Amino acid sequence: MALLNIEDIRIEFPSRRGTLVAVDGVSLSLEKGEILGVVGESGAGKSTIGNAVIGLLEAPGRLAGGSVLLNGERIDTLTPAQKRKVRGRRIGMIFQDPLTSLDPLQTVESQLVETMLVHLDLTHDAAKKRAVQLLAQVGIDQPELRVQQYPHQFSGGMRQRVVIALALCCEPEVIIADEPTTALDVSIQAQILDLLRKLCREEQVGMIIITHDMGVIADVTDRVAVLYRGKLVEQGPTAKILGDPDHAYTRSLISAVPRPDIKLKRFPLVTYIESVRTPAQPLDLATHWLGQRRDFGKRTDGPLVQARDLSMRFVLKSAFLKRNQRTLDAVKRVNLSIGEGEVFGLVGESGSGKSTVARLISGLYTPSEGSVTFGGTDLTALKGEKELNPFRRQIQMIFQDPFSSLNPRMRVLDIVAEPIRFHKLASSEAETRRIVADLLDVVGLADRAAERFPHEFSGGQRQRICIARALATRPRFLICDEPTSALDVSIQAQILNLLKDLQEELGLTMLFISHDLPVIRQMCDRVGVMRHGELLEVAETESLFEHPQHPYSQHLLGLMPRLQSMSREGLDVVG
Amino acid sequence: MLSFIAQRLFQSVLVMLTVALIAFSMFRYVGDPVASMVGQDTTPEQRAQLREQLGLDDPFVVQYAHFVINAVQGDFGMSYRHRRPVSDLLEERMPATLELSFVSAVMALALGIPMGIYTALKRHGVLSKAFMAISLAGISLPTFLIGILLILFFGVQLRWLPSFGRGDVVSLGWWTTGFLTKSGWLALIMPAITLALFQMTLIMRLVRAEMLEVLRADFIKFARARGLPERLINFRHALKNTMVPVITISGLQLGSIIAFAIITETVFQWPGMGLLFIQAISMVDIPVMAAYLVLIAFMFVVINLVVDLLYFAVDPRLRVQSK
Amino acid sequence: MIARIAPFFTRAADSDLWHSFKRSPGAIIAAIVTLVIVLGALFAPLVAPHNPFDLASLSIMDANTPPAWEEGGSPDFLLGTDDQGRDILSAVMYGSRVSLLVGFASVLFSMVLGVTLGLISGYAGGRVDSFIMRIADVQLSFPAILVALLIDGVARGLLPRDMHDQLALYVLIFAIGISGWVQYARTVRGSTLVERNKEYVQAAKLIGIGPITILRRHILPNVMGPVLVIATIHLAIAIITEATLSFLGVGVPPTAPSLGTLIRIGNSYLFSGMWWISIFPGIALVALVLSVNLLGDWLRDALNPKLR
Repeated sequence: MALLNIEDIRIEFPSRRGTLVAVDGVSLSLEKGEILGVVGESGAGKSTIGNAVIGLLEAPGRLAGGSVLLNGERIDTLTPAQKRKVRGRRIGMIFQDPLTSLDPLQTVESQLVETMLVHLDLTHDAAKKRAVQLLAQVGIDQPELRVQQYPHQFSGGMRQRVVIALALCCEPEVIIADEPTTALDVSIQAQILDLLRKLCREEQVGMIIITHDMGVIADVTDRVAVLYRGKLVEQGPTAKILGDPDHAYTRSLISAVPRPDIKLKRFPLVTYIESVRTPAQPLDLATHWLGQRRDFGKRTDGPLVQARDLSMRFVLKSAFLKRNQRTLDAVKRVNLSIGEGEVFGLVGESGSGKSTVARLISGLYTPSEGSVTFGGTDLTALKGEKELNPFRRQIQMIFQDPFSSLNPRMRVLDIVAEPIRFHKLASSEAETRRIVADLLDVVGLADRAAERFPHEFSGGQRQRICIARALATRPRFLICDEPTSALDVSIQAQILNLLKDLQEELGLTMLFISHDLPVIRQMCDRVGVMRHGELLEVAETESLFEHPQHPYSQHLLGLMPRLQSMSREGLDVVG
Repeated sequence: MLSFIAQRLFQSVLVMLTVALIAFSMFRYVGDPVASMVGQDTTPEQRAQLREQLGLDDPFVVQYAHFVINAVQGDFGMSYRHRRPVSDLLEERMPATLELSFVSAVMALALGIPMGIYTALKRHGVLSKAFMAISLAGISLPTFLIGILLILFFGVQLRWLPSFGRGDVVSLGWWTTGFLTKSGWLALIMPAITLALFQMTLIMRLVRAEMLEVLRADFIKFARARGLPERLINFRHALKNTMVPVITISGLQLGSIIAFAIITETVFQWPGMGLLFIQAISMVDIPVMAAYLVLIAFMFVVINLVVDLLYFAVDPRLRVQSK
Repeated sequence: MIARIAPFFTRAADSDLWHSFKRSPGAIIAAIVTLVIVLGALFAPLVAPHNPFDLASLSIMDANTPPAWEEGGSPDFLLGTDDQGRDILSAVMYGSRVSLLVGFASVLFSMVLGVTLGLISGYAGGRVDSFIMRIADVQLSFPAILVALLIDGVARGLLPRDMHDQLALYVLIFAIGISGWVQYARTVRGSTLVERNKEYVQAAKLIGIGPITILRRHILPNVMGPVLVIATIHLAIAIITEATLSFLGVGVPPTAPSLGTLIRIGNSYLFSGMWWISIFPGIALVALVLSVNLLGDWLRDALNPKLR
């Protein structure tokens, strides 16, 4: 008999516009000591299932059909008071963001002790002792000292360990972890996953890990269930699902995952999810807006973009006396050069300074020291918008968060037309509209899109609008700052394809920033590795992946998900 | 922590000096001090003498410095209208205002906070809806109207409570108190309710809004996921987190009670500083206005300082630096 | 032209805002009451049965008439008259006019001042921000009503008597307006700080667009939401503040009495039994403020996506 049995459940959200069926007919089973992965993209309903199992569906959601059995007993039909006893005691839960999961005003000890006193029959002192033991078990140093501290005194990874300790403290039989590592750095992620796996085996708990990240699935899970739009698409042992999937959705999902070990010519066209419009006409540079009157200015030999001794120091806390000031050196003497038509990648963990470098090169920040040269001209020596103006047309940027890169109160037409109107690149309003329609077409959006507002589009579509806006001034140099990190895997593949195509057709020079090494491998010619503001190594992409020189690069490459066993069906491999 | 207190003290002093500057400018430049102090038939020589006496021809900074030094000692010159030292007038009137404000503040807090918590936790109950209706009335009825209605009903119709004045008072040193006599308490009831109603309503709404906000937080969700009982969640986790912002704003609100006392004192003819101030405004009695200004600012600044220290004590994120 | 407006109305009718309005009886009643009072006030000269401030039309014979439904009342003066023979109903309509005028004007003034300063403070940062916020802090050391009283008092002292009466209305609007800008500024500053770091603002900077255009086109539309909610709360407070100041005798000049003034006039007659002189203006005032508060409450709930 399975430890946890979810049978044919259906979850609905009634609203005045009709009933939304979030989950329909999903059945899952979990054994003792096993780790089951539940994977799907956003909107698949995976978190909703987790919430429903522990009885914390947000109103007006309700469990409209099916049943949930824990060790053979039904828990979905219990009274609220009984359900409360199940929560924490028999089923533990871990949420995504450790920062907001803990009460900032209570010590770690008091939060652990109160949970134990509610469920277990312990004295106060016994509970306090156990709290210290738990912290040690989840790998926190000096537990007797740290148990008295407040959540804000722990770093992100440590906080998640505390959350895990809280989930474990009453010795539950099942743990549900909802995106437990998404908010953490890559190196911390690996540690937390190891911890979860170890605890699962030691304590013989059944664990459900809900995630969108294939790397996590490949790393820790024994079995995996694939969800798509509230329906269970496929379920089985991890090796089988990843290596030889049956269902078309699973196949397309896997083919969209960037691989660390191979290079592709293009990502396969994933048509299962969003239908991709191919542009009405193929891009003919001779007649299209994007090909005309390219503002090349002085064409110099040598690299197009050059950064010399680039440094950026932020003042964190200003104070009267200089010595009391707290500063952060976000970027320390970075030197790099990018040739015309080249795609240069910059990779590093969060806090490495790669985004800051992007903003320095684009001109959004002024460096504390050093210079940025574009086509032979020293941008950092220019004064005022007037002198910078021609360069504004040549350098453009695409940002990470599709939800905040578009002004929610402007129509798409005005958003894309803004640079055209500002630089007076068109001779009439009618021409502007025509250009915008062309640009939207190139990025795969219908020209009806021009009349709509950003909130009417999905994340991937919004990113396309951003690309259209960036291309509107016919730039020579495009900076992409984590352009797909916030997108689902299948959408990511489409956007990366689009960027690759545009780069080839327009001969764009690109600076591509990401924390995701496999993506870098697919997109870039040369790569720079950053940590704590320093540029540690620069090499040709293949060289870096085959023979990394710097110990940190080796460390990063070692952290890449082990996806070699994943199916390579449908992939267009280079070489 | 010490640097925090030092910083706040420094800021407070700056604020007080700025206020003093405004008060002084009013004092000096609004109307002619000499003309307001003397009769019609004073000769120009006598006026000039007076000017010199008052130091009105000294440079601005010197006059300002004098003003500040005097103010710190409580000397604000002579009232134009009453021809008595302003400090004497204030001293006479202060106990009345402070006692009234104190009782109102206690009332507002003692009723407002529990009502706010109740309406947040039991959002759809009958009693909650009643409280919310009262709160709506509370912020829609101007203070003076409440006063008038109370007088009309309890004072005139029912004749239970006195409509004017403070009742019998007992002198303790320079302080006169109405707390020690029955008529003093009777006279206090209506003005206190009048003054407290608005503040109580604001505090209730504030507590309710903050608590509802906190109840939506992730850590509350996690506490539920751990199976903690609702009472524990509401009163240990939600309430404590609610109190932090409530403390700050309540502090400001309560400070304004002292100012709103102006209205209440006028309606009930309560012999406090507020009534004095209103009379000063209509008669352009600048020294009284300036003194009142400085005094109120001082009280406000002190209250703010206390609130900041309380904040500090309650929120561990301020006490201990994060990693 | 119609083609461009029509979709706006269909979108509005379908929007959650309208839907929640329809379902909220409080909001509907409030809206109706406010509408009645506002219309009555706007069209007072046309609709009021008498002009209470036209001295020629007053007759001392009509003085102290009780409301029409009481003994001794007359259908000519539905709500009775005061000690000078002025019709209370008309006085209330004209008085509402003044109260509303001062209320709206001061809120508008506060809003423009506060939003502008908040935008500048939030966007520019640094010294400018510190300076503006310091002033805000100092002003917050005083309760708003005190600020209004002070400005009024100072104006009284600075201006000669007759000029003061003429300008009293503007001084009042200025005083109440100045006492309220800080709320707007702080809220807008907070929102500006958030929006400033958003990527669409950075994209605009990358195009080369200047700070004023960015503030106007990108940031302002996105920070106005909370401003509207504050404005409704502030309108209620402004009306009450004006009424209070007029009641205390330091508000509107006697030539343009507001509801507060009327209540003050009637206050001395309360104990002699002529309750109608104070009470009807009082009811009108409360009805107005209550409606504004209800609408504000409803607006706040409707605009808050988290409450749905």
